Amino acid sequence: MSRLLPLALLAALVALPLALGPSPYLLNALIVTGILTIGALSLNLLLGFTGQLSLGHIAFFGIGAYVSALTSLGFEVDLGFGYRIVHEPWPAAVGFGLATLAAGACGWLIGRLSFRVRGAYFVIVTISFAEVVRLVALNWVELTQGPLALTGIPAITLGLPGIGTWTLRTKLQNYYLVLAVGTLCWLVVARLVGSRFGRAMRGLKENESLALSVGINATRTLTVAAVISAAMAGAAGSLYAHYLRIIDPDVFAFTTTVSMVIMVVAGGKGTLMGPVVGGLIFGLLPVALRPVMAPEAQWIVYGLVLIVILFVMPRGIVPGLADLVRRRPARPAPVLEPSPVVQR
Amino acid sequence: MLEIRDLVCGYGHVTALKGLTIEVREGQLVALVGANGAGKSTTLRAISGLVPARSGTIRFRGRDIAGVEPRAILAEGIAHCPEGRRVFPQMSVSENLAMGAYLRRDRAGIAADLERIYGEFPRLAERRDQAAGTLSGGEQQMLAIGRALMGRPKLVLFDEPSLGLAPNIVERMFAVIRAICDAGTTVLLVEQNAFAALELCDYAYLLETGRTVLAGRGHALIADPHVREAYLGG
Repeated sequence: MSRLLPLALLAALVALPLALGPSPYLLNALIVTGILTIGALSLNLLLGFTGQLSLGHIAFFGIGAYVSALTSLGFEVDLGFGYRIVHEPWPAAVGFGLATLAAGACGWLIGRLSFRVRGAYFVIVTISFAEVVRLVALNWVELTQGPLALTGIPAITLGLPGIGTWTLRTKLQNYYLVLAVGTLCWLVVARLVGSRFGRAMRGLKENESLALSVGINATRTLTVAAVISAAMAGAAGSLYAHYLRIIDPDVFAFTTTVSMVIMVVAGGKGTLMGPVVGGLIFGLLPVALRPVMAPEAQWIVYGLVLIVILFVMPRGIVPGLADLVRRRPARPAPVLEPSPVVQR
Repeated sequence: MLEIRDLVCGYGHVTALKGLTIEVREGQLVALVGANGAGKSTTLRAISGLVPARSGTIRFRGRDIAGVEPRAILAEGIAHCPEGRRVFPQMSVSENLAMGAYLRRDRAGIAADLERIYGEFPRLAERRDQAAGTLSGGEQQMLAIGRALMGRPKLVLFDEPSLGLAPNIVERMFAVIRAICDAGTTVLLVEQNAFAALELCDYAYLLETGRTVLAGRGHALIADPHVREAYLGG
């Protein structure tokens, strides 16, 4: 069943636009939710499987967005001492690749800086890093246009030699692009977690001293996890830039990191489907609430839903439901039973 | 096989070992006994490279391994079965065993060793897909032993393997450790249960406040008046 569920969800997501009909409003909500869900997937790799909380995860997302945008727009900056860098526009697909690489490189840097000590230090380093990057994006006006935003970012063009090229301008095209990239990221996480490297990550989270005693290199394992996680977040940021076609320093908003953390924790951190389920629920909840209540009330309901989920299922929706399914044959309907304490 | 000379090490301002000298010969089962804080666990942690040596030498098969990284020591063939939390609770039994072979790359050999361990511990085979945290204390200890063997060690360090286990399980667990030694793997055992350890071992060292105060065959130590009085209850 655990194999069928993701496939069923994927089939449903592929069919969804057909069922919804041509509603740009809903498609837009789905695309943005999908992009944030990729961010949540990448955050879960660190938070869920290594136990390290990146509270500056949006930095990797934003770096991906800016690198991709600048690569495809071109730029000209003066570095001082008479040095000028002039970059001619490259295709958006190249920007996507560079965004992934650049974000991954930043993940490596942050990992090297903070994983010797880990834990709280990693949280602080990531927050600071995100803030520094935001300030650079805001103030290096010559490169980033600062608060004036980078506009006219081209859409991604996909091409197969001998068959033709497609420029993904419509919402429907972007929806399937996000779904494809998201599925790929999910598969990467799934493969990784079950591998030798995945066991090393989970081992460090579950019992660090034992993990060290079987020969796991903690710093290297966590750094590699940070690189992969950051690269995925960068890919999501690139999709965001080429979909919206405009970005400004607000892409570095701290609240977006919080949204991702909520998606991961409510969905079930350390599970493969958790961030997807959490991402869909908390990404689409505002859309569902918007027609029926005032904006202030929406956020109250959003908070209440989060509290209720974590109260009833402290480990998240996916582990909570799995427990219910497993327990049903033995004892019927233990509705308000407290969830089992996480084993330590 | 293992020779420790005048080893001094500690944590911060505390010196846990103040010139420890012991020797473990190939094929032997050697026990370290002594009270809490005598430095037994620290000795094992120093051998594994988890605590740096301040002075003294640790020679394993002729090579000085003091100051060598834990991973490299493991690769030399020394497995450590630490005390306390012995398993990865949320991983399955088979994943826990795979962790013991983390540094090995020979897939066929790993698979063969896995089957061999399942053969020796049928309980683990029955529960191979179960989360290790759901096993009983005794089963978890067997899993920890199995995991240590998955690294094909030449020397296994056992730290308080009887801690927290029911008496009948403890007996079986000691039998397993004896069997491991008889099958050709050298064992260095740290135990608070002094009598059981002395009965089991080929050779033993008594540690007091970071020094070796007595050495001899297990039964000789059991007969020693000082040991009888201080550790065996008169």
